[in-house]
Amino acid sequence: MIERPESAVASIAQRNLEGYVGFANLPNQVYRKSVKRGFEFTLMVVGESGLGKSTLINSLFLTDLYSKDYPGPSLRIKKTVQVEQSKVLVKEGGVQLTLTIVDTPGFGDAVDNSNCWQPVINYIDSKCEDFLNAESRVNRRLMPDNRVHCCLYFIAPSGHGLKPLDVEFMKRLHDKVNVIPLIAKADTLTPEECQLFKKQIMKEIQEHKIQIYEFPDTEDDEDSKLIRKIKMPLAVVGSNVVIEVNGKKVRGRQYPWGVAEVENGEHCDFTVLRNMLIRTHMQDLKDVTNNVHYENYRSRKLAAVTCNGGVDTSKTKNQMTRSPLAQMEEERREHVMKMKKMETEMEQVFEMKVKEKKQKLKDSEAELERRHEQMKKNLEAQYKELEEKKRHHEEEKSNWEAQQRILEQQKLEASKTMEKNKKKGKIF
Amino acid sequence: MSESIVPPEVRPKPAVPAKPPHVAAPSPTAPHGPSGLGGGVGVDRVPGLGHSGSGSTLLGYIGIDTIIEQMRKKTMKAGFDFNIMIVGHSGLGKSTLVNTLFKSQVSRWSSGWGGEHKIPKTVEIKAVSHVIEEGGVKMKLTVIDTPGFGDQINNENCWDPISKYINEQYEKFLKEEVNIARKKRIPDTRVHCCLYFISPTGHSLRQLDIEFMKHLSRVVNIIPVIAKSDTMTPDEKNEFKHRVRKELETYGIEYYPQNEFDDDMEDKNENDKIREAMPFAVVGSDKEFQVNGKRVLGRKTAWGVVEVENPNHCEFALLRDFLIRSHLQDLKEVTHNIHYETYRARRLNDNGGLHPISANNTQDSNL
Repeated sequence: MIERPESAVASIAQRNLEGYVGFANLPNQVYRKSVKRGFEFTLMVVGESGLGKSTLINSLFLTDLYSKDYPGPSLRIKKTVQVEQSKVLVKEGGVQLTLTIVDTPGFGDAVDNSNCWQPVINYIDSKCEDFLNAESRVNRRLMPDNRVHCCLYFIAPSGHGLKPLDVEFMKRLHDKVNVIPLIAKADTLTPEECQLFKKQIMKEIQEHKIQIYEFPDTEDDEDSKLIRKIKMPLAVVGSNVVIEVNGKKVRGRQYPWGVAEVENGEHCDFTVLRNMLIRTHMQDLKDVTNNVHYENYRSRKLAAVTCNGGVDTSKTKNQMTRSPLAQMEEERREHVMKMKKMETEMEQVFEMKVKEKKQKLKDSEAELERRHEQMKKNLEAQYKELEEKKRHHEEEKSNWEAQQRILEQQKLEASKTMEKNKKKGKIF
Repeated sequence: MSESIVPPEVRPKPAVPAKPPHVAAPSPTAPHGPSGLGGGVGVDRVPGLGHSGSGSTLLGYIGIDTIIEQMRKKTMKAGFDFNIMIVGHSGLGKSTLVNTLFKSQVSRWSSGWGGEHKIPKTVEIKAVSHVIEEGGVKMKLTVIDTPGFGDQINNENCWDPISKYINEQYEKFLKEEVNIARKKRIPDTRVHCCLYFISPTGHSLRQLDIEFMKHLSRVVNIIPVIAKSDTMTPDEKNEFKHRVRKELETYGIEYYPQNEFDDDMEDKNENDKIREAMPFAVVGSDKEFQVNGKRVLGRKTAWGVVEVENPNHCEFALLRDFLIRSHLQDLKEVTHNIHYETYRARRLNDNGGLHPISANNTQDSNL
């Protein structure tokens, strides 16, 4: 029987169970839910071309992400740094993983490489911003997590130390994303050279205060911690070609003097990387991204917003300590005021326009009247003219008629005399 | 070297490891023998003497062929100098390779430079000289290193200091030549050969490589080499070489041995063979390991030992033979006759005469 603790505020007392309750099944429920949902992981690979990034990705995930038909970015020469992403859905044991690989072809390949990290930073920030916006929306049901969870940085196996470009890049990115430096093409180095190189790199990383992702321990294992400390950064070799060695089939690289096995712990640290990255620490990488890097980004972004708000208003008190809610309230008020102002302005403009229109209408009305008058006058003038003409015409007509009558009479008389004459003539 | 012919009393025994000159009195064919100027550490190249137009036959032994022996003696007494410049960004194994080539610690790391491998902020030119001797022949070898090349974030014009250095050496030589009272033997600090190290990316040349070689192939003999070639499997190596060669052709970069300077068919054939194999994929090492009971120079990895002098593993032996055993003198000649002459002509044309020398000497000087 479980008793409720006396005070709710005080520390929660631990009770022993006297029977099987069943909440030990909680992890299974979480597991089932997560498996149904599927997982997402975004991995970014950065390094100069020719360091074996594509080969390593293919080896890590045992797929041909970059194959002969779809050659990796390093085979296409780029003039500027591009950021390309490719999504792949892999399934294993009922668990789905949406893997996004972000590649940066053209990084460090030009003669002048200043600011070649800028596109990378922009990409990471834009993904964080998308997530921030999605989080602040009203409907948050579908929230895809496209943030970059891990950045594998490839160091060229010079054997000396870090290049200025490496240092700059890592300095700028270590507080935005989990940076895991790797020594690429590690089959170039003999074991002693490798140790020296690793020491030198770690020294330089500490000198420049770069915070790389240190694999934390899942179990408290002193030995593994020690080993892990020495092994950073990991020296990797990638290959997807299967070669037969002593009857065993292994993945490796065939040289005239031997075969460098990819999965052999003594040859390179590939297995360590794979186990850390996929088998034990994938969730931790996501958590660190969410809790640390994303939170940093968020607080930076929102602090910037409050900073801007403080500048506009005339209040003198310290605006930086405002909570976002108050800031939003303020913003809303401002917005409302702005709207009101706009409204009055618009009304004014409207009035003015109406007046203008009225004026115009009046003017045109007057104009029309004038024209009407004029036309009337014209019409009257024409009418008079026509009357005149008509009268004239009547006169003429009456004259002509009078003439006709006279002519008629004359004709009549003429015909009468002719008849008389005819009669006279007939008598003869 | 003066060329006075001393009539021999005795026919000398051939001491050089070459085919003995044979007397062919009635035959019109020219006698074989090592020709060419000067000796080296071993001469493998045996080009034949050209036929003279009329082919005069020798009726007895005169002893003209002893000129070779005389030259050899003079060279041995005087010794000769060779200046090699190594260019490439840091970590490509340049110093190791130079040490391996000359089988001694001649690079700047070895000459007490200290362990700090800090990358300098600008390209520096560091020249280190050593005198090495073999078989009685003394060679003053100067290795000119260029730390800081291609290591910065912004590598614009990082070849300028190198170009300046090369031209300065030509200028020095020119000044000496133009002097009234010339030294008997002008010290030759001109760069005879520039080894350019290509990073073994496996894909193609980098932009910086192309820019550098374009700018400098007209001023100095450039020999491109693929560094740290134990990164690549044999297939990858061949593909990479092929691609690099094509790219060099596309950009019109004439590396040594240049096509245009082949004297005759034999030279051309030989050089063609070499050009096909270039750029050499090399591995350098100055450590020895035991392999099959033999002690070899190599690199020991967990999966095997890379033997530096094994032609199946890398082309170091080819590079060494090419550079030292057959074309050393030719490198110097091309530098003197062609690159230096180009510089000289340009210089004299530009200025219409050298005025650094005092005015009352201009009438007597060679201009």
